[in-house]
Amino acid sequence: MSAPAVPAAYNFAYLDEQTKRMIRRAILKAVAIPGYQVPFASREMPMPYGWGTGGVQVTAAIIGADDVLKVIDQGADDTTNAVSIRAFFAKTAGVATTTRTADATIIQTRHRIPETALKAGQILVFQVPIPEPLRFLEPRETETRTMHALEEYGLMHVKLYEDIARHGHIATTYAYPVKVEGRYVMDPSPIPKFDNPKLGDSPALQLFGAGREKRIYAIPPHTRVESLDFEDHPFEVQRFAEPCGLCGATGAYLDEVILDDRGNRLFVCSDTDFCEERRRAGHCGAKAAAMEPTS
Amino acid sequence: MYVAVKGGETAIRNAHRLLAERRRGDRSVPALTVDQILEQLTLAVDRVMSEGSLYDRRLAALAIKQARGDLIEAIFLVRAYRTTLPRFGASLPIETSRMLVERRISATFKDLPGGQLLGPTFDYTHRLLDPDLAEDREPEPAETADPPEDRAIPRVTDLLGRDGLIEPDGGATEEAPGDLTRGPLAFPAGRDLRLQALARGDEGFLLALGYSTQRGYARTHPFAAEIRLGEVAIEIAVPGLDFPVAIGRIQVTECQMVNQFRGSAEAPPQFTRGYGLVFGHCERKAMAMALCDRALRARELGEDLTAPAQDEEFVLSHADNVQATGFVEHLKLPHYVDFQAELELLRRLRAEFDERRADDASDEREAAE
Repeated sequence: MSAPAVPAAYNFAYLDEQTKRMIRRAILKAVAIPGYQVPFASREMPMPYGWGTGGVQVTAAIIGADDVLKVIDQGADDTTNAVSIRAFFAKTAGVATTTRTADATIIQTRHRIPETALKAGQILVFQVPIPEPLRFLEPRETETRTMHALEEYGLMHVKLYEDIARHGHIATTYAYPVKVEGRYVMDPSPIPKFDNPKLGDSPALQLFGAGREKRIYAIPPHTRVESLDFEDHPFEVQRFAEPCGLCGATGAYLDEVILDDRGNRLFVCSDTDFCEERRRAGHCGAKAAAMEPTS
Repeated sequence: MYVAVKGGETAIRNAHRLLAERRRGDRSVPALTVDQILEQLTLAVDRVMSEGSLYDRRLAALAIKQARGDLIEAIFLVRAYRTTLPRFGASLPIETSRMLVERRISATFKDLPGGQLLGPTFDYTHRLLDPDLAEDREPEPAETADPPEDRAIPRVTDLLGRDGLIEPDGGATEEAPGDLTRGPLAFPAGRDLRLQALARGDEGFLLALGYSTQRGYARTHPFAAEIRLGEVAIEIAVPGLDFPVAIGRIQVTECQMVNQFRGSAEAPPQFTRGYGLVFGHCERKAMAMALCDRALRARELGEDLTAPAQDEEFVLSHADNVQATGFVEHLKLPHYVDFQAELELLRRLRAEFDERRADDASDEREAAE
């Protein structure tokens, strides 16, 4: 793909170099203290807060001219916000973009970790809405920072225990809290807990950016990440009763698509690249023939 | 028929074209010019300028046009431009006692040095819709006089301060003031950062909070000691010169609230201050800001913390309308993945619930038989 010319009015990848340096310092600190939320001087970005301004700032600070960028939202490359962010970097940094997980050097994501295992040298950038895992137990930042400092996480365990008492299960299904390298409890961003096991011991670097809340945190490669649980209620991930209707994959996270108002539904891979790769390799789901996209 | 969510790129492009079309509206009606907005929607321009925290009326007017009159969207446009601008330094504190006042009122003294000057105000208008305006009839020209240059008008709070009846305002410090757009806000925040956050904060939010203090949620007994609107000089210190250099003038609205305070064993009884300062003509905002500033000083003044308006984390974390609108509106973005996770859990809980109920029912049947 030919790189479009970088507009003269803005610096490479939009942010000025001073700002990038400030963000890189925050990233270095975050990598040095896995799971710790580093405050940073988040800038106003040309997209709204909540649309991934934290992830965009992290990506802008680390991207180089020879990087290959992939952007996904809900696992898909072609949801509108993923398209918009990919176009932003194609325009402001002139970098190559891809939808293939294996070809990307930087993957910015909202709400998913790709199914395809990541490799050493790749960086996964998460967009984070609320970085504080304790926020909904304690709304005050002054309090939660103290709780982290004192490693005082009892409240979180009480919450999980109350879930079990009330529902028989831990009722947290996404943004499921993890403990990083035995120290900081961290919010993995609203990924389904299905993706939590991919956080630990990953060969890739994982960076988390929260723009509105002005925090950056990180999981360096090969870091221990444990999802919080109890001995008698061990952590478990979602399982789907049927395979992907298009590619037949089992053990992938599926989206439910409502087909009509008579209760017919289709389960398909949420990771569009994974699903397409499988179909290219000849895998075929039970409903693939009938459901080929018209476009 | 299932159609994959393909074609986001085309959809976005088409949506933007339609947006431009809707913005233009009926093409048989002349297009609104930026100059018209600048000259005739001045208070909207001033709100965008102050909450966008960039003193540039023309850009604010352009933003209002681009945003189809959505002021928060316009503020966002201005902010996103402002953030890319280099910082040259900080000006010296502006001297509002040397303001060229266009309006100056005090609610605490009937007459005072400098006098009361109503200026352009809605205050004593009757809110009756004016059919003449619908017919583009030109108003009668108003008589105006140029205010005398360099006529210092003392601030009411300075007059009270001379008798020691009000707490001193601290004066300028050597320390550079904080800037929450260049550093993350930490709590507790200094008053400089608090005032910056309030000055950028949403008028509606601050208005509601200020109003809540008047209704007993952290009552502060406020008096509008003075509200003034006018132009002040911006001066900077240039290294090597031993006098300040004026680089321009800006219009600001300043509100000084005087609030009751009993005093303590050490401190004599004195009035306390709440302060509001806003770019342009934004009187409601300046007053609400002064009420909020005073309420936020509760801890410093040893008052009980009982109300939302006194809660620094609550007020400062939620005052910014660009942040607030972003996070509220982001709920429009797809959340299929998380929703699927919730759906899966809910179905499991339902299945278990139904199973339990079936078991209970069969137990009861057995017991009855």
